[in-house]
Amino acid sequence: MSDALNIIQDPTLTYKQELLALARLGESTDNSLRYSDEYYEAKRKGALCDLNEGVMPYRPRYICPDYELLFKKGCDFLQLDPPKDLLEAVNALEIFYCHVPSITSFPVYLGDLDKLLEPFVIKEDRAYAKKVLGLFLRNIDRVQTDSFVHADIGPEDSITGRILLELTEEMQLAVPNLTLRYDPEKTSDDFALACVKCMLKTAKPSFANHRMFVNEWGERYAIASCYNGLSVGGGGFTLPRLRLYECALDAKSPDDFIERELPRHIDLQLEYMDKRVKFIVEQSSFFKTNFLVTEGFVKLENFTGMFGVVGLAECCNFLLGIEDKKKGFGMNSEATELGIRIMQAIENRVSEHEAPYCDAYGHRYRLHAQVGIDSDGMDDSPGTRIPIGVEPTMLEQLEVNEKFHPFFPTGTGDIFKFEETYIKTPEAILPIIKGSLANGLRYFSGYLENNDVVRVTGYLVKKSEIEKLRAKKQSLNNVTVFGMGAQDGGHALDRRVQHHEESSC
Amino acid sequence: MKKAPVNKIIQFSNVDGPGNRTAIFFQGCTFNCMFCHNPETINMCRSCGICVPKCPAEALSTGTGGEVLWDFKKCVQCDTCIRLCPHDASPRVNWMSVEDVMQQVRRCAPYIDGITCSGGECTLQAGFMTELFREVRKLGKTCLIDSNGSFDFEKEPEVLEWSEGVMLDVKAVERGWSETLISDSGDMVLKNLEYLKKIGKLFEVRTIIFPGRDVENEYTVRYVAEKIGNACPYKIIRYRPFGVRERFQTIIGEDETDNNYAEKYARLARELGAAKAFVV
Repeated sequence: MSDALNIIQDPTLTYKQELLALARLGESTDNSLRYSDEYYEAKRKGALCDLNEGVMPYRPRYICPDYELLFKKGCDFLQLDPPKDLLEAVNALEIFYCHVPSITSFPVYLGDLDKLLEPFVIKEDRAYAKKVLGLFLRNIDRVQTDSFVHADIGPEDSITGRILLELTEEMQLAVPNLTLRYDPEKTSDDFALACVKCMLKTAKPSFANHRMFVNEWGERYAIASCYNGLSVGGGGFTLPRLRLYECALDAKSPDDFIERELPRHIDLQLEYMDKRVKFIVEQSSFFKTNFLVTEGFVKLENFTGMFGVVGLAECCNFLLGIEDKKKGFGMNSEATELGIRIMQAIENRVSEHEAPYCDAYGHRYRLHAQVGIDSDGMDDSPGTRIPIGVEPTMLEQLEVNEKFHPFFPTGTGDIFKFEETYIKTPEAILPIIKGSLANGLRYFSGYLENNDVVRVTGYLVKKSEIEKLRAKKQSLNNVTVFGMGAQDGGHALDRRVQHHEESSC
Repeated sequence: MKKAPVNKIIQFSNVDGPGNRTAIFFQGCTFNCMFCHNPETINMCRSCGICVPKCPAEALSTGTGGEVLWDFKKCVQCDTCIRLCPHDASPRVNWMSVEDVMQQVRRCAPYIDGITCSGGECTLQAGFMTELFREVRKLGKTCLIDSNGSFDFEKEPEVLEWSEGVMLDVKAVERGWSETLISDSGDMVLKNLEYLKKIGKLFEVRTIIFPGRDVENEYTVRYVAEKIGNACPYKIIRYRPFGVRERFQTIIGEDETDNNYAEKYARLARELGAAKAFVV
């Protein structure tokens, strides 16, 4: 049976999911973008992974439009005037979102919704504003049917932010993903606590380290897709990843890995990125004719390439001959120190590389702790995370995270699952978040043990939707199928639960 | 250097006072409550050695003086030893100095609001706690005492100086019921209730509601509610048989207290002026 026939006969795919699968299939029929034999060999071995980005990129992977510009000057191509009231504002956004491409064909960044909409919300009666925003969120959930669709709020408290939190809790939707940009000087405890309460009930928002991101990107940064730091008015060209465990399989020792095998694989991934970035800019039509570019909603110089890594834990355990994961990376200072050496080696080599374009970042790519894909199974844990099932106490997990998060301007994060008593004590979670962000954690996600909406690796799914797929029914959300794969292959929902009785001695 | 027997330290606790707290549980208690959920913390190990050969991880051994020794690194926390112990004790106790405890607290400090000392009965280590609190205060963190009220705070108030206050259990008021339930008259508990309120160190009061004990429950709740008024939260706790020694379950109940039944007492307490009474 042909691949195309498989797709159109699959009972679990919606019409739109079929269409996207057929588009990927069509893209794969061209092979004019070629890489070195060594690259293909490393890919075949599983040491390099292109995350199924497709062989002929026709848009950057992640695009973060400048929505403030839309509200300031409108959009000629979409025939939108600057909005004058709340209805016009959400209508303009709903239309615009449908024309923002990405790797998933859904917009991965919806804007800083509270800042964008606050001037309109404050002119309206609160109940009316809430009604409009509720319909706006419903539109996003049913039209942008993909959990990598992401909106940001904060760092300041606002009426719009509060209404969005209320609606998020009431509506229990997987889309959009949501981040609070947390700054201890700008975010009040009261607003942060409202976010913690919402997070416990709906697995969102997550908490981003605002100061850390501002230092790297400036004030105008976006958190997009899972947890990806990018520039507003820019984005990420491409995101391939080193599967570090597989990269290490031929290494004779940790030193041999760092001196020989690691640089070799880094260079192959850089070759892939360079060719791909040039192709997107020079060959595909996106940067020449797309209205997002021609009208200035994104600028070429604000894009960068995202250099992804995955499976650091398994890599370190393998190199040190540690077979029992419980005694490995995260629990074992030798393994954790090796992890730091490896990350420094990666950071150094990537920062020495002169990348094409990426003008705003000194022609440099930026590191990303890739969150894993459903087919990774248990071989490569997400980014630099401690493997699921062997996590130490929450304190120890945070301490390890804090060592690794600063390496990844284009995103990393960890997820903590809390048991039921925490719903009554959200004020017990806020100091943990504040302390860890102050100590170098980049991104904190949490959810409550028995929720329907849960965070898998970086994205959200509904457990009830996974059950639909298991029953061979369709799920509107494109990402539910990844959630099912991550649950089955990577036990992604079985992460350690923060109980109140954990002891240290 | 002064050392105290520590049963365990919980790095992050959301149930031992407000916010996120590091909770230090000392070994040894002054009461023997029928409903105790962790009876292995009541007595000090007598080194009878019964548990030593039964440890599946070989974490227990006998020292040269006949004392039972515990190897933390080998221990798999299976709880075999504490289930076997005929003395309501545990061989898994660390004798720690203030500095030993502070090393743990300093590590937790960026993420916590403060610490809570609990037990067993932490006031058995009042001198140790005073020193510990003084150090913890230097980190800008708060210190709470979780106590059964058997310690004479009026006579030795130093430990209160560095503490935000006491979370006091008032388990029984009527003398006969108290002697049955906690093996003590409870007189000191009631004295402390008044003293701590008077000096503003009563942080919260807790009472457990037992199933079917209408007379005893009401007597206790009435007394406490009238005494404390609006001074502090009054937590009405439902009895849960989980972890309670079997021989006592048959006396005080094998069933959990019904939530509506507990709510009745929270309402009563509020009617009597304890505005901050609620069921947890």
